[in-house]
Amino acid sequence: MLETEFCNIKMKNPTMLAAGVLGSTAASLNWAARSGAGAVVTKSFGKEPNKGYVNPTTVEVTGGVINAIGLSNPGVENFKGELEKLEGKVPSVASIYGANPGDFESIAVQVQDMVDAVELNVSCPHAMGGCGAAIGQDPYLTAEIVKAVKEVVKIPVVVKLTPNVTDIVEIAVSAVSAGCDALTMINSLGPGMRIDLETAKPILSNRFGGMSGPAVKPVALRCVFDVYEAVEVPIIGVGGIRDYRDVVEFLYAGARAVQIGTAVMYEGMEIFTKINRGLEKFMLQKDYSSIEEMIGKSH
Amino acid sequence: MHVPKVLEIKRIIEETPTVKTFIFDWEVKNELPGQFVMLWNFKDEKPMSISLIDPVNDEIGVSIRNVGNFTEDVHSMKVGDKLGIRGPYGRGFEISGSKVLAVGGGIGMAPLMAFTEEACRRGIEVDVVSAAATAGELIFTQRIKKAGANLLTCTDDGSHGFCGFGTDLAEKALHENDYDMIVTCGPEIMMKKLFNLVDEHKIPAQFSLERYMKCGLGICGQCCVDDVGWRVCAEGPVFWTDEVRLISEFGKYHRDASGVKHTL
Repeated sequence: MLETEFCNIKMKNPTMLAAGVLGSTAASLNWAARSGAGAVVTKSFGKEPNKGYVNPTTVEVTGGVINAIGLSNPGVENFKGELEKLEGKVPSVASIYGANPGDFESIAVQVQDMVDAVELNVSCPHAMGGCGAAIGQDPYLTAEIVKAVKEVVKIPVVVKLTPNVTDIVEIAVSAVSAGCDALTMINSLGPGMRIDLETAKPILSNRFGGMSGPAVKPVALRCVFDVYEAVEVPIIGVGGIRDYRDVVEFLYAGARAVQIGTAVMYEGMEIFTKINRGLEKFMLQKDYSSIEEMIGKSH
Repeated sequence: MHVPKVLEIKRIIEETPTVKTFIFDWEVKNELPGQFVMLWNFKDEKPMSISLIDPVNDEIGVSIRNVGNFTEDVHSMKVGDKLGIRGPYGRGFEISGSKVLAVGGGIGMAPLMAFTEEACRRGIEVDVVSAAATAGELIFTQRIKKAGANLLTCTDDGSHGFCGFGTDLAEKALHENDYDMIVTCGPEIMMKKLFNLVDEHKIPAQFSLERYMKCGLGICGQCCVDDVGWRVCAEGPVFWTDEVRLISEFGKYHRDASGVKHTL
């Protein structure tokens, strides 16, 4: 009843572990899969090991969390060792980042036999050195990277978009025209900041960080809704999902699957099972027999 | 809210030439021995075990060994200087049984000190094996005695108490006494030896693990352990023997800030 799919990748339910939340080891990805996630996305990794920013890298704000972890990861070579240990119970997506088409290409080629899809992170709002949103805020750069990756890999290429643009539809259309197979939206919002009252110091070492959590959901939902009307590719919704009601909203807006991140902090890994159970009950009450019937219903 | 509270340092206790305890006013609610706080010096933030939980005077304390830039900076601070604290985080020690053995190595004694005081308050008999390199580095000796626990010291150089490893002294204590439970914190190599020992003796034990932490909130994934994937900041840092058995990296390796593995 909860089955869904994107780019012919079959999922037993529409929930995925979002990039950047746990997911830096096979162990935590396998744990999410065993805990009920329908698919898992790795934490973003790049060409070389990266320590990210100095702590504090996260701080809570009203309605969520702001983070500037700084894309810490052990690099593609080490990450392949993790991907090898994935149990394969559910589809896996490798989130990758780089500064130019060449970076993305080389990483995607190295991991394409080990995962079901790659998700291009062109949307991290606090990345250094021309990575992340520096790319995703520019429709031409985004298209260039999508084209480059599409030329070298056989698996589906998903692009994760930033909401921190004037018109997300423009970027989405550009990514789709360049050949991407699906879109994930949104990455964290902002950047935002929080300042300590006693010392007047910004709390995050990077001063600014991307906001996630319940407060960003309305923005994410609107992005999914708008882009659904403009493109034909599948959309994976992400942003502030904490219970099945949020999932239903994203499906109605046009998402085929959803990703869950910050809510793991509030609810633990049990969140996937909780959401799936709630979703199934809701579908029975409303007489839906498949997820498909709910997708895009608000349009 | 997971936001640092900026507090003045109320007291500083010089425990040894390398260890200081910093005490803060804190409205003690459900803080548990074994839990940790994130300590912010406005340049960096590190997890620190709570070594003092005083519900009467509403104070908490952290004990810090000077090992690097962060700890050097905190060690240079004076009473009245400010630090940010958020927490407490993680799962602490379960306090149960009627006779307990606590085995601490070096600064690993920090959470065990808070445990010993709370366990003694609850009328539990506690034997404490405190291990250090040399006599001058043994910490909390007076506090342990004042709490009413039985202190067994050991030093690598034999300058105080038993000469040898904490695990050797713990094994001796295990042969001579009947314990309901063991709690431990210290170098992982020491805890690994103790794990084998308690497994053989079939005594319930809790181990306080240390891993590189960033968020402390259970979302960044930096402290996840193989092969179970549990977060040391959320599912831990205290784990029971049967949980440690499933942590395949225990006693073998850990990961650094980028996630690259390093052998212990």
